[in-house]
Amino acid sequence: MSLDTPIVSTVAPQQPAKKRKKEIPTWIGSVALLVLFLGGWEFYVREFNVSKLILPAPSLVIEAWYASLWLPSTWYHTWITALETMLGFFFAMVFGVALGAMLGKSPRLEKMLNPFIVATQVVPKVALVPLFVVWFGFGITSKVVIAAVLAFFPIMLNTALGVKSVERGYREVLASLNASRLQKITQLEFPSALPYILTGMEMGVVLSIIGAVVGEYLGGSEGLGNLAVKEMNSYNTTALFAVIMHLSALGFVFYAIVVGLRRFLIPWHESAQIKK
Amino acid sequence: MSLQTAPAGVQGGGVAIALNEAGKDFETAEGLVRALTPTNFSVREGEFTVLLGPSGCGKTTMLRMIAGLEAPTSGTIEVEGRNLWTADKRDNVALAEMGMVFQEANLFPWLSIEDNIALPLKLRGVGKSERRQRARELCKLVGITGFEKRYPKELSGGMRQRASIARALSYDPKILLMDEPFGALDAITRDAMNIELQRIWMETNKTIVLVTHSISEAVFLADRIALLSPRPGRIQEIVEVPFARPRAVSVNEDPQFQHIANHLRDRLEH
Repeated sequence: MSLDTPIVSTVAPQQPAKKRKKEIPTWIGSVALLVLFLGGWEFYVREFNVSKLILPAPSLVIEAWYASLWLPSTWYHTWITALETMLGFFFAMVFGVALGAMLGKSPRLEKMLNPFIVATQVVPKVALVPLFVVWFGFGITSKVVIAAVLAFFPIMLNTALGVKSVERGYREVLASLNASRLQKITQLEFPSALPYILTGMEMGVVLSIIGAVVGEYLGGSEGLGNLAVKEMNSYNTTALFAVIMHLSALGFVFYAIVVGLRRFLIPWHESAQIKK
Repeated sequence: MSLQTAPAGVQGGGVAIALNEAGKDFETAEGLVRALTPTNFSVREGEFTVLLGPSGCGKTTMLRMIAGLEAPTSGTIEVEGRNLWTADKRDNVALAEMGMVFQEANLFPWLSIEDNIALPLKLRGVGKSERRQRARELCKLVGITGFEKRYPKELSGGMRQRASIARALSYDPKILLMDEPFGALDAITRDAMNIELQRIWMETNKTIVLVTHSISEAVFLADRIALLSPRPGRIQEIVEVPFARPRAVSVNEDPQFQHIANHLRDRLEH
């Protein structure tokens, strides 16, 4: 009898089919955190009478930002910063992908250039900004150059890594099919390296914006970076926060476009799968 | 002659592949390693030949030299009457007579199954509608109809390998070379693939050279088995397998099958 008991007990007890518990979507959590953060900020500023010069309340910042959206000058500066970012990013793409592909294909060239790549990597490139202003003037050229230089390295390094990472087995397939050099590039190396290039682009586009804005801080009279400096100098901290918010929105748009490219260009890749 | 008594492969008896003193040495840090001693061997048109042996016996090296992936360091290899290797350069006409199937399916993950299968045709400049048409026929031949638009990761290992066989057959080469094509599959799938391969071979009349280290796979599939042994890699013995085609899986209960398998096992152990 006692031996039977555990055997019987292993049979699944008759339970009403349990409804799959509906989980709260994670985005609700994200929104809750944001509300909590802004609420805490607002509460702190009001309760402790923090000066507007030091930290304006989020409600004021949002109000100022919303008001600024109706000013043509805001959009002019936005356009300048966006243009610098896009041009810089474009040149970074052209040179980064081309040089990266060459390095990936030629281990000898890579070995030869490696000390220089490491050297330029460790130099804090932002420190070169004043130099670029001296060389290229206060117009948008110096900002485009800075944006391009910053975005160039991640794009180049990721492209080189992508070309080097092409699977040996795939190469053998094309070798057994007597594919030409050009066919190897178009049919294998480029599609295979594309996920890596996109990763480089994601890092690069963010650095492009940083480059453009830092360039505007230091020289010239246009762009959102310059606008931020002007607001700071006139002690209008609320407006400064509004500019920062505006810049963040611009950065988000650029980043979203590049990330969106991933789903569009490489739907077959793991990184483009929509997680459920 | 009916199918029952005549193996589908045995035809005119022309020579598809001929190795004349073909050998391969590798240079390593410890000096020269002899992967395959200079070897004479020929494969008849339409024949199913299996290269059998333990690892390091040179069977894969031999196949890769025939496939044009590695140059022999001595001797010559003739494919369909043409000298395949002149110094380190391959003869592209001879190369086009062969299709290669690797141990891994090696399908490109960014191409659909039909685009993978028709990739060799794309490289040859064949138009899109003709490629689609041919891919559909080949999917039918290898038994993956309905999966044309899928991507490789959506298919099982066995189905992927079927697609890679279809890719190798896409440009209708006379010879199919297979390097342990089912080595990465589970035993049940492997048996099914052996049956399928026999059917495909009988339907297409290809010459097949297949590398394996499985004795039962070799005896089941082969007209002729070249048994290789290592250190240095060489052909030790050639064994004819006389069973009628098509063979069923139950052929392995035949006393003669057991006899051949036991003989090969003895030789492999010594």
